[in-house]
Amino acid sequence: MTSQVSSPAEQADGAVVGEQRKPASEKDVRRLDRVIIRFAGDSGDGMQLTGDRFTSETASFGNDLSTLPNFPAEIRAPAGTLPGVSSFQLHFADHDILTPGDAPNVLVAMNPAALKANIADVPRGAEIIVNTDEFTKRAMAKVGYATSPLEDGALDGYSVHPVPLTTLTVEALKEFDLSRKEAERSKNMFALGLLSWMYHRPTEGTEKFLATKFARKPEIAAANIAAFRAGWNFGETTEDFAVSYEIAPATQAFPTGTYRNISGNLALSYGLIAASRQADLPLYLGSYPITPASDILHELSRHKNFGVRTFQAEDEIAGIGAALGAAFGGSLAVTTTSGPGVALKSETIGLAVSLELPLLVIDIQRGGPSTGLPTKTEQADLLQAMYGRNGEAPVPIMAPRTPADCFDAALEAARIALTYRTPVLLLSDGYLANGSEPWRIPEIDELPDLRVQFAQGPNHTLDDGSEVFWPYKRDPRTLARPWAIPGTPGLEHRIGGIEKQDGTGNISYDPANHDFMVRTRQAKIDGIDVPDMEVDDLTGNADTLVLGWGSTYGPITAAVRRLRAAGENIAQAHLRHLNPFPRNLGTVLKRYEKVVVPEMNLGQLATLVRAKYLVDAQSYNQVNGMPFKAEQLATALKEAIDG
Amino acid sequence: MAETTTEGSDTIEALTLVPKAEAKQSMKDFKSDQEVRWCPGCGDYAVLAAVQGFMPQLGLAKENIVFVSGIGCSSRFPYYMNTYGMHSIHGRAPAIATGLASSRRDLSVWVVTGDGDALSIGGNHLIHALRRNVNLKILLFNNRIYGLTKGQYSPTSEVGKITKSTPMGSLDAPFNPVSLAIGAEASFVARTVDSDRKHLTEVLRQAAAHSGTALVEIYQNCNIFNDGAFEVLKDRQQAEEAVIRLEHGQPIRFGTPLADGLGSKGVVRDTVTGDLRVVAVTEENTSQILVHDAHAASPTTAFALSRLADPDTLHHTPIGVLRSVDRPVYDTQMADQLDSAIEQNGKGDLSALLTGGDAWTVVG
Repeated sequence: MTSQVSSPAEQADGAVVGEQRKPASEKDVRRLDRVIIRFAGDSGDGMQLTGDRFTSETASFGNDLSTLPNFPAEIRAPAGTLPGVSSFQLHFADHDILTPGDAPNVLVAMNPAALKANIADVPRGAEIIVNTDEFTKRAMAKVGYATSPLEDGALDGYSVHPVPLTTLTVEALKEFDLSRKEAERSKNMFALGLLSWMYHRPTEGTEKFLATKFARKPEIAAANIAAFRAGWNFGETTEDFAVSYEIAPATQAFPTGTYRNISGNLALSYGLIAASRQADLPLYLGSYPITPASDILHELSRHKNFGVRTFQAEDEIAGIGAALGAAFGGSLAVTTTSGPGVALKSETIGLAVSLELPLLVIDIQRGGPSTGLPTKTEQADLLQAMYGRNGEAPVPIMAPRTPADCFDAALEAARIALTYRTPVLLLSDGYLANGSEPWRIPEIDELPDLRVQFAQGPNHTLDDGSEVFWPYKRDPRTLARPWAIPGTPGLEHRIGGIEKQDGTGNISYDPANHDFMVRTRQAKIDGIDVPDMEVDDLTGNADTLVLGWGSTYGPITAAVRRLRAAGENIAQAHLRHLNPFPRNLGTVLKRYEKVVVPEMNLGQLATLVRAKYLVDAQSYNQVNGMPFKAEQLATALKEAIDG
Repeated sequence: MAETTTEGSDTIEALTLVPKAEAKQSMKDFKSDQEVRWCPGCGDYAVLAAVQGFMPQLGLAKENIVFVSGIGCSSRFPYYMNTYGMHSIHGRAPAIATGLASSRRDLSVWVVTGDGDALSIGGNHLIHALRRNVNLKILLFNNRIYGLTKGQYSPTSEVGKITKSTPMGSLDAPFNPVSLAIGAEASFVARTVDSDRKHLTEVLRQAAAHSGTALVEIYQNCNIFNDGAFEVLKDRQQAEEAVIRLEHGQPIRFGTPLADGLGSKGVVRDTVTGDLRVVAVTEENTSQILVHDAHAASPTTAFALSRLADPDTLHHTPIGVLRSVDRPVYDTQMADQLDSAIEQNGKGDLSALLTGGDAWTVVG
């Protein structure tokens, strides 16, 4: 557990990057190696924005960071209730980190509900900043506090800072021509200012952001900036905050390069635009709004000047249908959705398997079944991706491991789709989608060449010597069929979901042909060239391997580090390609006495590897809508090692 | 090039972006090498022949023509056309065709569908394609029965239809596809009959010339499961009383011709209700007979015309183009937005996009 005090007190000496505000007082400054802050409030309190801004400041300061937004599915749940609490957790450090952190060192609770909903995660000794203005009898009663937790000893052992945030904000904005209600809305910026002071965050970016965001309402922009500054000044002057903290930039964590902070959905959107450019094909997105995937639709819709066409369809089926139509026409076609949407798209994915056209199906997984937990994370669509279609309908499956990795995963998924003329399922999830981390921005010339060759002419000679075009004559190496797009003279052909004769693509009900085509489609997917899985086994003689996939990479790696720091010997491997599996997976699994597979489902990858490789892989599962905590995983893995 | 396309797709605005054939085409050019496998006597043969026969009139490069279909008897259509084609899945052809048409404006995209495909499983896609006004020509083969699944009632079957799935008679009221299309904001709606080659071809010509989505309902006989469903419209004697042939700018008259050469019955607007009704034409009321205006901005009269037909007897069934109006076309506007995005922001610069506004540099 990180302590707030990890190095001796130091005077603020201008070491802070960013030339704007610096604490100028004689107050103590302590140096920390990492901090976990959680902002919590009503879903209307602007906690996500507050978190985002703090994150941007932290990113530009040069810390490594990882974030975990957590919000209800309701847009505005009833005010002051537990279900309405929205929070944003940020972990930042002077070194390389992997997760948004297990337990906050600092909780900012904007009301009693926020305190109640989050206190269980906060260890004793942590700092709690509460907005005392909201701790009225009525508000406390609403969430079941019979007496005030600020006074009844419930928070003994915590370092509590009672701050009348609302009153202070309204007071700070009294010069502005705003109603009390309007002024109160800026209290999140007051809190942000206070925290920015506490952790020596640069402030210029937030002021610029507010000026831009409210460019059309200069009065509101000025009020928010004033509240932000008032929060900073409050920290600087009030005696309650005696100490501020420095977390040095994580200079060692980052190789040379240019960086930015990026969320998974943004990285994925950029990956798609990059893939379109690298393939020299126009990007076409057919999509229906669904949480947590909609941000990709929003983002791509902003970049029409890249030739990106976005089509908001009437339903999930039309979303993928339009994408498939565009693929037939020669676009790099994409559909984005979440688990329920994949269920609706299944038949069309099957058609794409049969048509053998490139298509990216992006599933930002969320809690299921059915509507499930729209805003929470889960990785329980793996078997749906693998098997959720009628007939033998194999589809390549990939999963990014971190928010920034979504960029590379999109390019890799496009490579497979274009090379092998197949739909590809890319499994991101809510945690990756909304979480963020620093990303080294690639140079354009580092990106893979994804150019494809459309069919241009006949590819087959008949017995009578005539040259013809066969739409299902395959490339012997990849087994991909030619991509002949409408508009190409002489290659007119018909394709469809009915079984096709090998080569000609004509309708065929011949039993032997069907058997051959089923096996050929499977062989094409099985033969996809995917890189071998890397194994991190420092000593080379660990008995236990922890195998993960997708967004569990951060927590698993953090847990492995903890175990190794405690002298344990454990190997780690993480799958990016789930269909086909890397060629070396079976060999790797058989090298270890024990294989543990942590998943945010009830054991879907474990089921697949047990079935395919006959290894006694043990599952460790959590399906509570939240990512694993490193400590919890470390404990479970320790038990596996000892067991 | 132009002289070979005598019928003049050059002059059809809706087709200006589609490349033209380099040589004169014939019906044979549009026949694929696949054996046609509809039941002998099926109305689909007549429609196929009409379409193959009509295509050369458009003079389009056949590699720029695409037929997309769903599932059902009529949906086998693309296999028989020597153009690009996709036989997709049940009900989804309008969605797939929307993606194709909106990403490739140089194509002439046709959808072939049936009453079950378009109005039952695919009803949602149909209405949304119509309201968007994507550049698609939708041929809806209506035989008022499920043929490929061997004879269940369809969403256009008359109430009380006895079929395998409704031994005591069907209960649900049918859709009138033309009414539905007009209600779905369609910019072009027409109806024709499989056996009337001349009428069918003329309607197809007008549909092809239309910018945006054109819906053509084709009454088509299923001689196996619903034989004679449209006999009243085909039998010369009965048809005279049953069929109302609409022509833009002409008075709406039908039935046995009078001395003026026009029909003895006519359609008038009821001055009290505003609705339309059929009356015997007299010297007194000749001037009150409604003149058909397919281009009327309001869909009200077209809708009222579509309601004249009795769903059971098919008496007073209007055929021809009920509505044809100019409305912004989805794919044109989509392309325009791309152009104006480039105008406003310049052509996308990937490096600048990835870097964004808040990057920082780590030096080694």
